[in-house]
Amino acid sequence: MSTEATIDIDREKGNFSYDTDYEYDAGVGLSKDTVNYITDVKGEDDWVRVFRLKALEVFHSKPLPTHWATKDLENIDFDKFRYYLSKGQQPSRTWDDVPDDIKATFERLGIPEQERAFLAGVEAQFDSEAAYSRMKDELSKEGVIFVGSTEGLKDHPEIFRKYFGKVIPIGDNKFSALNSAVFSGGSFIYIPPGVKVKQPLQAYFRINAENFGQFERTLIIADEGAEVTYMEGCTAPKFETTTLHSAVVELVALKGAKIQYITVQNWSSNVFNLVTKRGLAEEDAEIKWIDCNIGSRLTMKYPGVILKGRGARGEVLSIALAGDGQHQDTGAKMIHAADDTTSNIIAKSISVGEGRSTYRGQVHIPKHLKGCRNNTECDALLINTNSRTDTYPAITVRGNDNSVQHEASVSKVNAEQIFYLMQRGLNEGEAMSLAVNGFINDLVKQFPMEYSVELKRLIDMEMEGSVG
Amino acid sequence: MNDLNIESLNVSIDEKQILKNFSLTIPKGEVHTIMGPNGTGKSTLAKALAGHDDYTIDSGSATMDGEDILAMEVDEVSRAGLFLAFQYPIEIPGVSIANFIRAALSSRLPKGEDIDAVAYYKELYSEMERLGIDRKFTSRSVNEGFSGGEKKRCEILQMAMIKPKYCILDETDSGLDIDALKIVADGVNHMRSEDRGILVITHYQRLLNYIVPDYVHIMMEGRIVKSGDKSLALEVEERGYDWIKEEIGATV
Repeated sequence: MSTEATIDIDREKGNFSYDTDYEYDAGVGLSKDTVNYITDVKGEDDWVRVFRLKALEVFHSKPLPTHWATKDLENIDFDKFRYYLSKGQQPSRTWDDVPDDIKATFERLGIPEQERAFLAGVEAQFDSEAAYSRMKDELSKEGVIFVGSTEGLKDHPEIFRKYFGKVIPIGDNKFSALNSAVFSGGSFIYIPPGVKVKQPLQAYFRINAENFGQFERTLIIADEGAEVTYMEGCTAPKFETTTLHSAVVELVALKGAKIQYITVQNWSSNVFNLVTKRGLAEEDAEIKWIDCNIGSRLTMKYPGVILKGRGARGEVLSIALAGDGQHQDTGAKMIHAADDTTSNIIAKSISVGEGRSTYRGQVHIPKHLKGCRNNTECDALLINTNSRTDTYPAITVRGNDNSVQHEASVSKVNAEQIFYLMQRGLNEGEAMSLAVNGFINDLVKQFPMEYSVELKRLIDMEMEGSVG
Repeated sequence: MNDLNIESLNVSIDEKQILKNFSLTIPKGEVHTIMGPNGTGKSTLAKALAGHDDYTIDSGSATMDGEDILAMEVDEVSRAGLFLAFQYPIEIPGVSIANFIRAALSSRLPKGEDIDAVAYYKELYSEMERLGIDRKFTSRSVNEGFSGGEKKRCEILQMAMIKPKYCILDETDSGLDIDALKIVADGVNHMRSEDRGILVITHYQRLLNYIVPDYVHIMMEGRIVKSGDKSLALEVEERGYDWIKEEIGATV
């Protein structure tokens, strides 16, 4: 059996949703009561309650960033969302513990059981609580912690508290504040010094309740010399009304550690996906974000790395596909804060139909640093004349001892390419897919095998839908 | 029925008529050549038959083994069995030759079926060897950064792998040095078969030293004005086209 067959994800399967009895429901809207309710239900320590309430204040005090970002943000009605839903269950250890209706949802999503069994550890988030989390024995023997964030807060406060909210402070932006107030779900991972996790840790999650914002919070810490790859992917069911997703992901790579964080997202076209992702790289550490955004109404996401220690390396490889009526506002941030730090950004965007792609980059190298290097490449591909792409690179480089390279290109899949491909027998959709997959091929090569195949399939489906 | 049959074809681009009552029949098993000065509509013929959007079919018919190809989409014409070797092959960045040809072959299979990868690569490598194409080329992006000769050889490679019923080679010889020309000609000769019709469009007679056609047609002003065998091509090389112009001028 080919690899493709086992990881076939049929996007149409994302269209189902099930009636689910929510044991806990914080109601509609956002207030102190909502936050207190969440923290009570979760049985959190007081410091978490204080953290959440402070974040709520910051959220209310900050304006929407519409002075630089799209006005579409104003269409988010924060009073209409449910901020917390839970079955009130503990994350499950074994597959047998997973409730049947949740299993049914995963079946519909086409996530095969044998694949999960194959994974080093699976954290599958169903709504706001982890429905299934398991770890291979050898991982826990090595001291690796891979749990939901709620469990992490309870069972490992000494590690959690040290790093939580440190890479992305509450007030970083309005949406990080929102997440900090109402977060639930997400993963907490700790890799002890020198431990190199060979298989990628993986999480599948999806949004399953209408008008329910998902605010997962992920914190990954790789101790000195440790290495880990984390993969997240998600498909969401389609709903009539808008859905809000606002995650915060913090990575900490201590001296000589390596973290690779891979995302392939395929949101339904009513989702606002406003995510803050940032890593902190200490001396000789390496953080690599591989970020692929497909779908959603609006995605705003700029994974970043703070290069804090000498010799630290940061990388963002990003692919965005904006279909009709979608806006992918993505990019990267590289904050150089030590000598001899290097960063690399490669961003490719594809705009189809009325789709719009925006690249925003920020590279900051202060004057007093030496030996810093940045390379930025952003390429946009337009599928038809209505598509729109904008590039806003902000590169601040001071001092003579640092170097930056920046290249940007905009190209079109031209009619002659499509004619050529079709003359060889491919139909229009297949021809478009092949050309688009070719455009991102050099980036996709860096993805793990199963993700690159999945990505190719997602693009095939998008392209088939884009031609008449 | 067993032919590529073009009758009284009128084709225009941007309201300018290019093909004027063009007629030609290529039965399976034969190799035909069209020669003619620049701008007489040779490439238009190739692209119009392939179904390119820019060309408007004003009237006439074109059938392949009895099937109306003018009613088909570009990909349908291709899968029905018509292959066009491009005069200027198009670059497809990021798409390897191996994947490209594989996609082309897969498009001919019933939905859900896949090609046998081992057999595919075996055949691909053997065809590449015949055409003197280095194996490293399989992973290179289609036509990107290829020399003129490499592009043309890659066209012949695709043709050999797809095994079409009818082939149109649009100035496949242009830009080739003599060694490359021989290799390409060998590739085409290897494709000659009772089950296949081949149309070679060229400016120059020299290609016909290596691909000996059954018929040579001279095209001017959008139609065939004179037909003969290989000796006609030699005559054109020696005397140019003016005498034919005068001849048809005399008959009009």
